[in-house]
Amino acid sequence: MKLDGRFGRFGGVFAPEILVPALEQLEDAFLEARDDPAFQDELNTLLTKYAGRPTPLTLCRNLGSEKVRIYLKREDLLHGGAHKTNQVLAQGLLAKRMGKTRLIAETGAGQHGVATAMAGALLGLKTQVYMGAKDAARQEINVFRMRLMGAEVIPVEAGSKTLKDAVNEALRDWTASFADTHYLIGTVTGPHPFPLIVREFQRIIGAEARAQCLEETGRLPDAVVACVGGGSNAMGAFADFVEDEGVKLIGVEPAGHGMDTPEHGATLQKGREGILHGARTFVLQDSDGQIEESWSVSAGLDYPAVGPEHAHLRDIGRADYVGATDDEALAAFQTLSRREGIIPAFESAHALAHALKMAKQAEAEGREMTIVVNLSGRGDKDMAQAVQILDFSARAEAAE
Amino acid sequence: MNTRYDSMFARLKDKGEGAFGAFLMLGDPDMETSLKALEALVEAGVDFLEVGIPFSDPIADGPTIQAAAMRALKAGATQAKCFDVLERFRANNPDTPVGVLTYANLALAHGYDQFCDSLAKAGVDSLLLADVPSIEAEAFAEPAAKVGVAPVLIAAGNTPDATLKRIAGISRGYTYCVAREGVTGAETAMRTDHSALMDRLKQAGSAPPVLGFGISKPEHVQSALQSGAAGAISGSAIVSALAAEGIQAAAKLAHALKRATLPQ
Repeated sequence: MKLDGRFGRFGGVFAPEILVPALEQLEDAFLEARDDPAFQDELNTLLTKYAGRPTPLTLCRNLGSEKVRIYLKREDLLHGGAHKTNQVLAQGLLAKRMGKTRLIAETGAGQHGVATAMAGALLGLKTQVYMGAKDAARQEINVFRMRLMGAEVIPVEAGSKTLKDAVNEALRDWTASFADTHYLIGTVTGPHPFPLIVREFQRIIGAEARAQCLEETGRLPDAVVACVGGGSNAMGAFADFVEDEGVKLIGVEPAGHGMDTPEHGATLQKGREGILHGARTFVLQDSDGQIEESWSVSAGLDYPAVGPEHAHLRDIGRADYVGATDDEALAAFQTLSRREGIIPAFESAHALAHALKMAKQAEAEGREMTIVVNLSGRGDKDMAQAVQILDFSARAEAAE
Repeated sequence: MNTRYDSMFARLKDKGEGAFGAFLMLGDPDMETSLKALEALVEAGVDFLEVGIPFSDPIADGPTIQAAAMRALKAGATQAKCFDVLERFRANNPDTPVGVLTYANLALAHGYDQFCDSLAKAGVDSLLLADVPSIEAEAFAEPAAKVGVAPVLIAAGNTPDATLKRIAGISRGYTYCVAREGVTGAETAMRTDHSALMDRLKQAGSAPPVLGFGISKPEHVQSALQSGAAGAISGSAIVSALAAEGIQAAAKLAHALKRATLPQ
């Protein structure tokens, strides 16, 4: 390896020895591609003409006030409906550059699987997606979307049959298939160089938001707020602001049914240091080291580990990590829909829930504040679940 | 460091035999059965034992060993119970080398130094962490070696020479060679010729190479030894036999595999 793959004491290459040459090849390809104008050109063309970058920075018209301005970085408007498109296109190009002919990916609710299927279809790469059997049954529409774009969905029956088991299975596949296959990991986790690569391919979120904010307000925001499951949209939003010491970076973890219950996914706040899926990071685990199941209403945040760079940013005090419960996120989901006409993904609603709290406090204290919320995805994918949870008609009847 | 492995390899060399090791998942189906199975495997002629401490997310294992780990955890296996069984085994078996195979997160859960102390106290001879490759191994190797537990590393056919050199510098007792790509399991048979890797390891000055992954038949053991390995390990096949037919079946399979190491 050319780089040590560490973020402070976190990260590293905790993968079977047989995968190390594949990780080295990936690191080499990434470093070369980063300095290759042809690669950057091709990627930029895809990001602008295929995916629709740059995405706007929208000032909320009705939320916030004259003093407290809430800006939304509109990754929900990206092709595919979420920030995930940024990095699947980039990793897909990297896979081609390495001469790989097949993509594998893990997916929880199916969003990263759908994004990978899209990249596979576009770039002519055979795509197979591992998905926990429980998740595949819960997310039939996304399974169909992946199949529609030509990907094969492989239900994982092992372990708890959810996202972490899909990651395990993708890693297992890759130990046998790395010669012709790229593992297109979905977030800033995994062994080095994945956390670095995915961050760099998501960095564009914060880079654009920073420039847009400067252009529109003449100054940097007071805070950047993003939800954190594995942590890719947050790392992408944070990366270009890390050096701006006056800008608060706030990651919002899923507090599920509450931080004091066992049903949450607040890895950085409630987990312990450990090693999972290739990296030293914070992990939800029992006292004996067995990995615990996470919980969140939002499948995209439902993961028992977190990107190692977040663990580092928290460790050095550069970023703060807080929680938003299922209920708080669902309230923010409705607030943004009703007040701004934007239906956010459940994931992004966590970030918004915290931003609204910050805004309320600032207003109460009479402080000025500019907040950038990374609206990482749109809520279309969550409609079926929202119908079940919110069920307006039943509530209206009950109220009568 | 001087280990039970050194004495074992020396003794077998005198007799012209290769070493045969069997793997079991501790706590599958329960701790008492594991203890009896370990003793039965020694009776059947196994030269060394490898045991798994079950982990919820075993990324280097195929379906058979994953299922064994899940059964063990469901039956209430803990690290403490595993160490207890190993200590009881060691009390009656002073000579057979015993190695632990597990994953880094378990080794860190109660503090790594304490983990190494527990291994040493239970009479364990070596530790292999399946998700710690050689570039991350030094920090794990030193505390283990300090309490007399040999750090064992994995080498594969695709491991470059420079890495093999690092492996040779760290791995003690033996070096675990994987006989093919992929995860553990008898579903995919081993590849047959490993002489290139064995030669390269010898050149690097490695601890005796032992071949594992996909070894379920006597001819697999023979071809491992013919390639220049000092021994072979069978895991999934033994675990399957134990789960499907019980201790006697596992011991019978181990006996047949051990016989394949005798001079022809």
